[in-house]
Amino acid sequence: MIAPFFERLNKTAGLNFSPFYDAYDWGRLLEGMWISVELIACIIAVSLVIGVVGAGAQTSKSRVIRFLIAAYIEIFRNTPPIVQLLFFYFGLGAITPQVDMGGWYEPIIGSFGWAVIAIGIFGGSYNVEIFRSGIEAVPSTTTEAAESLGFSNFKIFVYITLPLAFRFCLPALTNNIISLAKTASLAYVIAVPEITYTLSSIWSDNVNVPEMMILLFAYYIILVAMIAKGMHLLEKRLALPGYGQ
Amino acid sequence: MKTLFPLTITKITWRAPLALAVLCLLSAVTAIAQDGTERVSALDTLIVWIPFILEGFGLNLLMSILAMAIATVAGVVLGFMQISPIAAIRLPAKLFTHLFRNSPWLVILFAIMLLVPFQITLPGGDKVLIPDWIKATIGFSLPVMANVAEILRGAVMSIPSGQWESAESLAFSRYQTLRYIILPQCIRRMLPPWMNWYALLTLMTPMAAILGVGDALGHTQAAMEAAGAKPEFLIPFYLFLMTIFFVFIYPISIYTRRLERRFAAGS
Repeated sequence: MIAPFFERLNKTAGLNFSPFYDAYDWGRLLEGMWISVELIACIIAVSLVIGVVGAGAQTSKSRVIRFLIAAYIEIFRNTPPIVQLLFFYFGLGAITPQVDMGGWYEPIIGSFGWAVIAIGIFGGSYNVEIFRSGIEAVPSTTTEAAESLGFSNFKIFVYITLPLAFRFCLPALTNNIISLAKTASLAYVIAVPEITYTLSSIWSDNVNVPEMMILLFAYYIILVAMIAKGMHLLEKRLALPGYGQ
Repeated sequence: MKTLFPLTITKITWRAPLALAVLCLLSAVTAIAQDGTERVSALDTLIVWIPFILEGFGLNLLMSILAMAIATVAGVVLGFMQISPIAAIRLPAKLFTHLFRNSPWLVILFAIMLLVPFQITLPGGDKVLIPDWIKATIGFSLPVMANVAEILRGAVMSIPSGQWESAESLAFSRYQTLRYIILPQCIRRMLPPWMNWYALLTLMTPMAAILGVGDALGHTQAAMEAAGAKPEFLIPFYLFLMTIFFVFIYPISIYTRRLERRFAAGS
């Protein structure tokens, strides 16, 4: 039903949407989408962990730790992400140990791993600031109340400050997660077979750039809409009575 | 090290970019120092190629300034189209903004690089080649344009409706209200996010190297290739590249933050 329609479209209108009638291209498209989603999920997870840890470390009393976090944020926010990615993949990738795969050697961290690390660290530098502003928005009376109930500093951070801060910074976090999902396409440059990469190999094989470009734009618009919808639902779900609207 | 410690994110002085740039260079040197014998050769090679890389960086600056100029003009037009009372103007403008705000830079860049012909025929019959870097500039300006439009829309929305009403009572036309009353008040609010987008745009320009434009990244890779493609070049060359971007962008982001604070305090 679908395949003959797109085959006819190719013959009559010259619009070659090859993945919809060619099983091989269909497989490539599906795999590209899957790897792209996987990559985005890993990157977001890494950046969130960095954001929480970094924001926690920024409340530290040690000046050295605070300076290191500030330097990390400034360095990663003010240098090109593509160069960061190349630096991690080629620069650091060249000096990471190799594992024996029985005859040939493979680096411990492949291109997927480096993409997750590099783009995750890049996104984390924004998340630290976002979480910090969320933590600052938690009223000091709340933490004081927790302190008077005998919570330790660490427990206050985990059980009192963080759940509230997370809710306060959700709108800003949504923006950053969406921008990270888009930045994940940079993994193309180190040949991670995600959607941009697979579609570019499809259009090199079939010379159907405009059609594949439409697919690529559609993929990202749907993806961004889904993330925005999901975060919006989460925001509603987590909403506390008495805060916000 | 003593001078470094008082620096925190809230207290940033002009010393910070210098200190961090020095840190970057120091780490580059230590990274090279891991191979005692290569130390001289890798750093010397870098020094030999610095003018070539900086020349590429010049193209990055040119692309970023041109793209920002295009994006600002087009974005302001698109932003005003978005708040037009006529649905036939408003809806396409919204769709356009949505499309370019939600697509990755790389995808937009690909679309422009591959779909715009490399030469156009003028009405007179002359053929004009469009250099790749011009196409890349257009590709970079599109996402920024959509975001400038969004910034403008947000700024217009933040102007109290009393301004519109008093302009109307003074018999200003809609165009005059926008031009002489709303826009001047928006510029102040738009300036910090606009500068943020300029910084982000400049950080994205090295992507043009993927498509063969000889910018700073393209020149760095070419330099490494020409110098013998040794693996020990990678860290110092890429670190140097990050450093030059940092030295250019960091003052802009400090100034932006200062403006943001001042405007936040003012309003």
